[in-house]
Amino acid sequence: MIKLQKKILTVKNLKKYFTTQQGVVKAVDGVSFSMNIGDILGLVGESGSGKSTIAYTIMGIYTPTEGEILYKGDSYLNKGKRKISLKFKKEMQIVFQDPGSSLNPSQTIKEILELPLKVHNITKNKRERLKKVKEILEMVQLSQDYLYKYPNMIGGGEKQMISIARALAVNPSFILLDEPTSALDVSIQSKIIRMLMNLKKKLNLSYLFITHDLSLMRNVANYVAIMYLGKICEIAATEEFYNHSFHPYTQMLLSSIPVLSEEEERLKPKKIISQGEIPSPVNIPTGCGFHTRCSKKMDICEQEVPEMIEVGKGHFVCCHLFNQKFINIKT
Amino acid sequence: MPLLEVKNLHVYFKVFEGKLKVLNGVDFYVKTGERVGFMGEMGCGKTTLMKSILKILPMPPAVIPEGEILFKGKDVLKIDKSQLLKLREKEISMIFQDPTAALNPVFTVGTQLYDVIKYANLDKNRKIKKEYIKNLLVKALENVYLPDPERIIQNYPFQLSGGMRQRICIAMSLASSNSLLLADEPDTSLDATIKDQILRLIDELIEKVGNTIILVSHALGTLKNITNRVYVMYAGSIVEVGPTKELFNKPLHPYSQGLIRSVPKLTGYGIGEGIEGNIPNYLSPPVGCRFHPRCKHVMSICKERKPPLFKINIDHKVACFLYQ
Amino acid sequence: MVNNERENIKKKKLEDVRRLWYNFSRNPLSVFGLIMILLIVIIAIFAPLISPYPESARKGVNFSEASLAPSWKYWCGTDVIGRDILSRIFFGFRSSLILGLIIMSISLPIGVVVGLIAGYYRHTWVDTVLTRTTDIFMALPPLIMAMAVCSVLAPGIISATFAISLAWWTIYCRLTYSITTSLKNEFFVLSAEVIGASKLHILFKEILPNCLGPLLTKATLDMGWVILLGSSLSFIGLGAQPPTPDLGSMVAEGSKYLPDQWWMFVFPALFIMIIVLSFNLLGDGIRDALGSSEKG
Repeated sequence: MIKLQKKILTVKNLKKYFTTQQGVVKAVDGVSFSMNIGDILGLVGESGSGKSTIAYTIMGIYTPTEGEILYKGDSYLNKGKRKISLKFKKEMQIVFQDPGSSLNPSQTIKEILELPLKVHNITKNKRERLKKVKEILEMVQLSQDYLYKYPNMIGGGEKQMISIARALAVNPSFILLDEPTSALDVSIQSKIIRMLMNLKKKLNLSYLFITHDLSLMRNVANYVAIMYLGKICEIAATEEFYNHSFHPYTQMLLSSIPVLSEEEERLKPKKIISQGEIPSPVNIPTGCGFHTRCSKKMDICEQEVPEMIEVGKGHFVCCHLFNQKFINIKT
Repeated sequence: MPLLEVKNLHVYFKVFEGKLKVLNGVDFYVKTGERVGFMGEMGCGKTTLMKSILKILPMPPAVIPEGEILFKGKDVLKIDKSQLLKLREKEISMIFQDPTAALNPVFTVGTQLYDVIKYANLDKNRKIKKEYIKNLLVKALENVYLPDPERIIQNYPFQLSGGMRQRICIAMSLASSNSLLLADEPDTSLDATIKDQILRLIDELIEKVGNTIILVSHALGTLKNITNRVYVMYAGSIVEVGPTKELFNKPLHPYSQGLIRSVPKLTGYGIGEGIEGNIPNYLSPPVGCRFHPRCKHVMSICKERKPPLFKINIDHKVACFLYQ
Repeated sequence: MVNNERENIKKKKLEDVRRLWYNFSRNPLSVFGLIMILLIVIIAIFAPLISPYPESARKGVNFSEASLAPSWKYWCGTDVIGRDILSRIFFGFRSSLILGLIIMSISLPIGVVVGLIAGYYRHTWVDTVLTRTTDIFMALPPLIMAMAVCSVLAPGIISATFAISLAWWTIYCRLTYSITTSLKNEFFVLSAEVIGASKLHILFKEILPNCLGPLLTKATLDMGWVILLGSSLSFIGLGAQPPTPDLGSMVAEGSKYLPDQWWMFVFPALFIMIIVLSFNLLGDGIRDALGSSEKG
């Protein structure tokens, strides 16, 4: 029986803890979400939120402490063997944050792009491989001059385009983009984002986009999730998210966005000013991790971890303020 | 007389392949009490420019063949070493981009701040009391809203968060600078909510102390709320200057226009187009206007001569032949 | 089309070489070191042709000319059985260089492979086993190890080589280990893992090429020390055996005749110093050349 899989990625109660000298770091502490084929999910958070840890766990660089991740319904992580089979590596690819260290400085662009082709036996011989490499370069709008250059000869934006080209070489269906443009100027960012959106349409890709840039996600993602200290605070479809957000941290983030025009300024939540420091992940506050900075904090927030509550279609918030049980309790 | 005036500054770096002609005749000025912003993307030369003002460029390979940097009327490039030291001790200070790199990891915060405050407050005989410095230390940290200053003085930088380290750097520069503060992308390495706090802090402190500040950034949002006048730099020259609001609302230079269009808008109106091409190779930069290979409105004169700054109104100037 | 690409590759490589040379040649001392090493190598290879008295290297016993002070006839004087010291020194270069080369050929591969594997599998049992083993070998002082080995096997250049290599590989293991541990979390290595490259590929094609620079520098600087160590072994009689000319043995022999026949001691010692110094200068130059080119 053929199961029609609409869901490309399902994450169920994912936990990833690290034991360090200072204690246990609960980098990811019970995260659940799913993506449909063709979705662009924006995962937004500051440092310590766990967004990169989720990315690396999904790609198999870390093994989950608890929880499950399914790709198109398959549990591909093979906890026993610790290895993801080559089949899945062909489907899921990642583009990292730092263009500088994403490319091996001692290899030419040609060698870098050939690697995925060699590993997955995508082409038969040297000549075909070279042809395919040239095709891939064309897909990211780079000329053939780049073939024999070394990474230290090209700029950050171009390096990132090579990283994207390398991810595309295996013909994946799912690409995880870990802050792909954070280190780049805004004019280059535009080029790359546009290219990514075109490629998504052409090749029917799904993106998990990790970033701290909420303005960018407004224009790119169709679903946005906010993370704080290892948990998801709020997740909703983009329109809903930006027009009707609920979680106090979401409000704080939205109010901190630097915007240029008056029009945008009006869209930002008023009267919520960012305060306090992000707690160290070794010392996560009890109850709701955000209570130390929350202007709407109640007594219960220090004691109990809030649950995910559905406040709209596909819109979930993790906050006691919206839990029917506590609404009548006075602060 | 402006507090700082830079005239026709040229800087190049001597490397294996030739000369990297980074700064190509930069002219700007800052009046006392002003808040001036420098907007430019990576590689445009803004950090080189800031470092030239304090003369902290590595002097080979950097060479300054032409130009003047006049601080309070005196040319920084020509003063002797003792005068330069005094300048750095008491007049001009800099906040760097990465607070982690700006603080020495093997000394406590107190030790590092101590030296800065000591040299900023030495009287004519180069003497000062320890107790006095200690008091100033605590006060400096309180000014930047660091909780529990006594404890922080004992801490090492690695024990503090990024935001706190940047506050310490700000405290250091405000402690010593009496006249001019250069802030080179002070918020770039910080998280979104902390960025906001630090920028508001800088805003408040400048307001209180009345310093002049030059704020350099590649993020337009950073400049918008703090500065009142912005210079836009591209490939080593100033391409546009004007009052912040006016410039952001109606940029005139094709580069400024492209840049402001590229910023993703919270309104959701889509991603801008970006700007075609790349920053020029400084070994053989384009003749004439350095932006012409990427400009949609390029004319033949653009390929021959470097455009001067044309006056549009009192404060707003553009270096573009479209406005001749 | 294909030829065009080959042209490009050649051009790039030429430019890289040129840039390295530019960075290297900026320090005149490095160039001096390079010239000296080249001279030493040429002398070693062509010793029979260049030496004024090639028979001195073997049997050229000539008691009538024994213990002569340096003169125009014998530039460095003669030893107690009448052999020309300069010629023996030239032949002695051979022992030194061969010793150095063989030790490097053994230590480098072993050290690098162990370092790569231990570094990549850091914090696992593989790392613990390999690192502890390395520590054990590292704790053995080379000279004493050499003496122990040579007392078991017959003394000679081969035993000395073997003995020194036993301890020497740990140096390259340490170096490779530290580079590997810092590189293995770089994004390009993670990318290769995510793509599905085999561990072999990652170790040898991703990580190793980035270790070659520091390894080359270290190996060059070490050549001097290795040769010195070899000479020390010869000094105590465990290296090259007579009549094979060897700088260390010559120093040992010559020390007996100080201070009257000083030339028997001074010249061999001087040439040891020159060799070590030249390798040091060359190594420094290589480090500067590679270091600067990294800055781009």
